[in-house]
Amino acid sequence: MSISLVMFLIFIAITLGITYWASKRSAGASAYFAASRQIKGWQNGIAVAGDYMSAASFLGIAGLIAFNGYDGFMYSVGWLVAYLTVLLVVAEPLRNAGKYTMADVLAYRLHPRPVRAMASLSTLTVSTFYMIAQMVGAGTLVALLLKDSGIKYWQAVIGVGILMIVYVVFGGMLATTWVQIIKAILLMAGTILLSILVLAHFGFSFGDFFNAIGQVTYHDAKGAQITKDFLTPGLMYKPPYGALDLISLGIALIFGTAGLPHILVRFYTVPDAKTARHSVVWAMVLIGTFYIMTTFLGFGAATIVGPDFIKGHGGTNMSAPLLAQALAGNIFFAFISAIAFATILAVVAGLTISASTSFAHDFWTNVIHRGVERKAGEEVRVARVAAFVVGFIAILIALKLQTANVAFLVALTFAVAASANLPVIVFSIFWKRFNTYGAVGGLAVGLVSSLALIVISPNIMGIDAPTVAASARHLIQAKAIFPLSNPAILSVPLGFLGAIIGTFLSREPSAEAKFNELLVRSNTGLGAEKAVAH
Amino acid sequence: MAEPMAEAVQRVPTGQTDWDRIANSRKFQDLMATKKMFIVPAFIFFVVYYFALPVLVGYAPNFMAMKVWGNVNIAYLFALSQFFVAWIIAGLYVRAANDFDRLSQDIIESNGTGERR
Repeated sequence: MSISLVMFLIFIAITLGITYWASKRSAGASAYFAASRQIKGWQNGIAVAGDYMSAASFLGIAGLIAFNGYDGFMYSVGWLVAYLTVLLVVAEPLRNAGKYTMADVLAYRLHPRPVRAMASLSTLTVSTFYMIAQMVGAGTLVALLLKDSGIKYWQAVIGVGILMIVYVVFGGMLATTWVQIIKAILLMAGTILLSILVLAHFGFSFGDFFNAIGQVTYHDAKGAQITKDFLTPGLMYKPPYGALDLISLGIALIFGTAGLPHILVRFYTVPDAKTARHSVVWAMVLIGTFYIMTTFLGFGAATIVGPDFIKGHGGTNMSAPLLAQALAGNIFFAFISAIAFATILAVVAGLTISASTSFAHDFWTNVIHRGVERKAGEEVRVARVAAFVVGFIAILIALKLQTANVAFLVALTFAVAASANLPVIVFSIFWKRFNTYGAVGGLAVGLVSSLALIVISPNIMGIDAPTVAASARHLIQAKAIFPLSNPAILSVPLGFLGAIIGTFLSREPSAEAKFNELLVRSNTGLGAEKAVAH
Repeated sequence: MAEPMAEAVQRVPTGQTDWDRIANSRKFQDLMATKKMFIVPAFIFFVVYYFALPVLVGYAPNFMAMKVWGNVNIAYLFALSQFFVAWIIAGLYVRAANDFDRLSQDIIESNGTGERR
């Protein structure tokens, strides 16, 4: 048995222990969906960071920097700055006026059934697409990291899928929270250690480190040896569309993070809006520190390991683990691999609980049964079944997509959150005239336009040479119609427009009459959901 | 479950007229004005500062590639500064929000509890 596998098993044992402990405290809806609203500010902050920083951040961005230098680092920036939108605009009103989901606030003064149905559809779309992207990545990655133990792609996908289902079905939000907290602490510890080792490699001289970044030597696609300054912009984002694509990505992050259902539900786990605010600040400290350290992870991999070696040993995603191996041998490689594994599990668990909560609370209870729970505890039971079903479907799709290139699903997730969810959240809190037509219009236009633009973008459309491997091939072999890989620059304005036009198509006196109530509730916390005492 | 316990302590206004009265009250208007005074400029500032990065990198690449210290260029320092600017804005917001909390608490106390009408 390899050291990596042992570390994976230790992590699994600890998290299952937590799930058992949490399962005994998860009776009742508020306990199951919102961890009784008793999570402390710093705990929730760490959990938000754990919920947010996916394997795409940890392994993906390290790889982006290792291969594209500065452009990869620039990509890092938006992931932190986006939290200012969460902090300034969304977190506190949401905590004050909602109960379990984003739709609680959207439906507050509007006709609840159409609004909740659309919001639930948008939540399920965002969560399942993101989950599939994570699981396909997880399968490939775990198989690669555990190659010595003979673990295959399908075993890895099923293993990850079963674990996330167990955490959520039995442990609810409380277990999910603690899995995310442990993951975030491990991730920070691993990243800090790696950064220190990289600096030690350069004799703790920043000058030497940055000079090495100035001369990274590798072989390009044609096999010619080249030396480039990796701190110079432009290695990845090239004219004519490079800058626009970056701006579009920025829009998706800045407006999308504040519309990600699995992040938003975290703010219902704390006692009040002030704690929600503090948890965002805690999350920002962790997330910012992490992304600054991608400097050492990414440029360290570029200078110490080198793009050529990484390419020959598993590709971009292996940059961070290979750096760990080069600096401190197999035990550290195993440790960093286990962190990557923990990272994936914490994120997919967060996605599973937000999807199942939205299905049970928004769709089942409020759309189908008009807000009435027929039997006590029905909502939680439905959520548990939904978590199982969502997880099961995600496993099946991930098994099918082993050889598909699914990285675009992450871009899609943020684009949908930014174009469909955020305009409607903002208008329902701040625009009196806003109504049901506007909410349904905004959600529908945002969702459809981001989906459609992704389909005709270079993510899906493109002509590949016959030599390109199946996993990297475009799904549609034709020239892309929309030139940017992120649709947000167009789909976000469309989402806002859909909400505005929808609003002006009708008048809804009842929505306008309840505006003051929502305004007072969301801004003062008067009548907000309270923590549950044990 | 002890959920309804807290409700007994804090009575929440039920009639629409109650909410309208609070929304139109001097105290609530003060709260909203205080919030707006911080949040609107802070939001505009961080959005402009953030998008300056891709715009400058995209449209002024030579300027951004200028070396400042050793091999470190303006592009890297500007990207790095984004993290600190975000943290500073978050810190300033938390400080400003203490005032929001005070004003909100005042509104809750004079409206929420039934006994003190």
